[in-house]
Amino acid sequence: MTDTDKRVIRLDNVSKSFGNFQALKGVSFDINHGQKVVVCGPSGSGKSTMIRCINRLEEHDGGSITVNGVELTDDMANILAVRREVGMVFQQFNLFPHLTVLDNLTLGPMRSRGADKQQAQGTAMEYLERVRIPDQANKYPSQLSGGQQQRVAIARSLCMKPKIMLFDEPTSALDPEMIKEVLDVMIELAEEGMTMIVVTHEMGFAKTVADTMIFMDHGEIVEVAPPSEFFSSPRSERTQLFLSQILSH
Amino acid sequence: MIRKNKKPRLNWIDFAVISSVVGFLIFVVLRVDSVLNYSWNWNHVFPFVMYLDEDTGQWVSNLLLEGLIITLRLAVYGIIISAVIGVVMGLCRISSNLFLRMVARSYVELVRNTPPLVFIFIFYFFLSTQLMPLLGIDELARSDSPAVKTMIWILCGDPILFSNFVSGLICLSIFEGAYITEIVRAGIQSIPRGQWEAGRAIGLSRIDVMRYVILPQAVSKIAPPLANQFITLIKDSSIVSLISIQELTFMAVEVGVSTSRIFEVWILVAVMYFVICYSCVLFFNWLERRAARSKR
Ligand SMILES: Nc1ncnc2c1ncn2[C@@H]1O[C@H](COP(=O)(O)OP(=O)(O)O)[C@@H](O)[C@H]1O
Ligand SMILES: [Mg+2]
Repeated sequence: MTDTDKRVIRLDNVSKSFGNFQALKGVSFDINHGQKVVVCGPSGSGKSTMIRCINRLEEHDGGSITVNGVELTDDMANILAVRREVGMVFQQFNLFPHLTVLDNLTLGPMRSRGADKQQAQGTAMEYLERVRIPDQANKYPSQLSGGQQQRVAIARSLCMKPKIMLFDEPTSALDPEMIKEVLDVMIELAEEGMTMIVVTHEMGFAKTVADTMIFMDHGEIVEVAPPSEFFSSPRSERTQLFLSQILSH
Repeated sequence: MIRKNKKPRLNWIDFAVISSVVGFLIFVVLRVDSVLNYSWNWNHVFPFVMYLDEDTGQWVSNLLLEGLIITLRLAVYGIIISAVIGVVMGLCRISSNLFLRMVARSYVELVRNTPPLVFIFIFYFFLSTQLMPLLGIDELARSDSPAVKTMIWILCGDPILFSNFVSGLICLSIFEGAYITEIVRAGIQSIPRGQWEAGRAIGLSRIDVMRYVILPQAVSKIAPPLANQFITLIKDSSIVSLISIQELTFMAVEVGVSTSRIFEVWILVAVMYFVICYSCVLFFNWLERRAARSKR
């Protein structure tokens, strides 16, 4: 494989403003197939905005974003094509409360991949087993614990057979005793070779899974390094300060 | 819900309130009797609902019953048309298209910020002089075809009053539709943004997110205020009596004037409205309970 074949995401000088406030100030990086990137940084530094630009939940207003060879523009067909390849897991789970767990999982494949019901349900059960809650298939989200809901959300994304998974602080809304069950699922996913971008402050997880750490502050990427280097000898002062704050508790 | 099986009991305050209300009612009736020197005569009024034709020996419907039937027609058609207007305009209200948003917004604000009577007078004038001929409603009513005639009779009553009925119906529906528009908009916007994002993230188009994710959730939020608005619509239908739609209130005015049995006529009419509206309340409550049960 050549370098360009392996590259699945390219951000080139991406910027994004909300009114007068510039949330992203020229962010650039490449992500290769199978790479696992953990993004950290202080609250408000633009982490969510950046990964939401990758599946166009936010529209960037400068630079370019290419996902799986498709450049994101206003073209709706392109956007839908990208979204089919990119799964996203949110901090607040965002399950569909009026649908059962199983229906939550089959909606995407049936409506945007054109799968038939049986096929979609088969896939759904497969992934529910992978996240270890097949017995909850016919319950409603409100009947599940937070950790179970987040695992359903992960399974819902996986049912679309994405090439890339984005996680935006997937464990921040969880009670401490449920964090591990979600992280375990994510670790497994990483071991299977999924390309992942994870925004998280779970540094233990980062050390186990990440091959690249990205530190963001004030809408910029301040530091990119492999975890060994990132945690032992961060180059920038801002990274050092952030790490000392977050690792002290 | 601990006391679920116990019947709620009335305490002495409740009794005090109830007896004072009853006392007040008795007082009012006595005053009307003695001071106004009003002699009740219900027998004068009932024939205006229905009377026995002595020649044929059959019961014949009279003005008040005919008015009631027109009111029911206004209610049923009005609910359907205003709901359609409300859903379409409600969707326009949150559309990404600026023009559609502006149209829907102007419509809502125009209706909301003029008195219903003023709105209906202006609109009725425009409707009956311009729109009805344009739509060919007048011609339809004058049509000789027996099929058309029977249709009109069954659906809308006397063909002579058809155009008049349709104008009244449209006025009422457009008026109530504005409120339903706002109910629909508020219901849709009450669904958290995360639901949109989750739907889009699994590759659904905007329309599919609306259809499979947002609307099903919005419906249960919209239903109670919508039911309330439908009942308001039934009561508001009395407004169109002022543009000579011969519904219940219009007929009551006529009968009241011709018999001078003011109290009897209006009390009877009030009871009729109450029965219609309260039946709807019970029906909507039943629907709501059924929907709640099927969800579990
Ligand atoms: N929809 C929005 N409208 C206005 N400002 C926003 C919006 N979304 C994010 N921001 C602002 O952009 C900045 C970056 O936000 P975000 O990407 O959510 O940061 P992080 O995820 O790193 O905490 C914050 O200052 C936030 O207030
Ligand atoms: Mg965030």
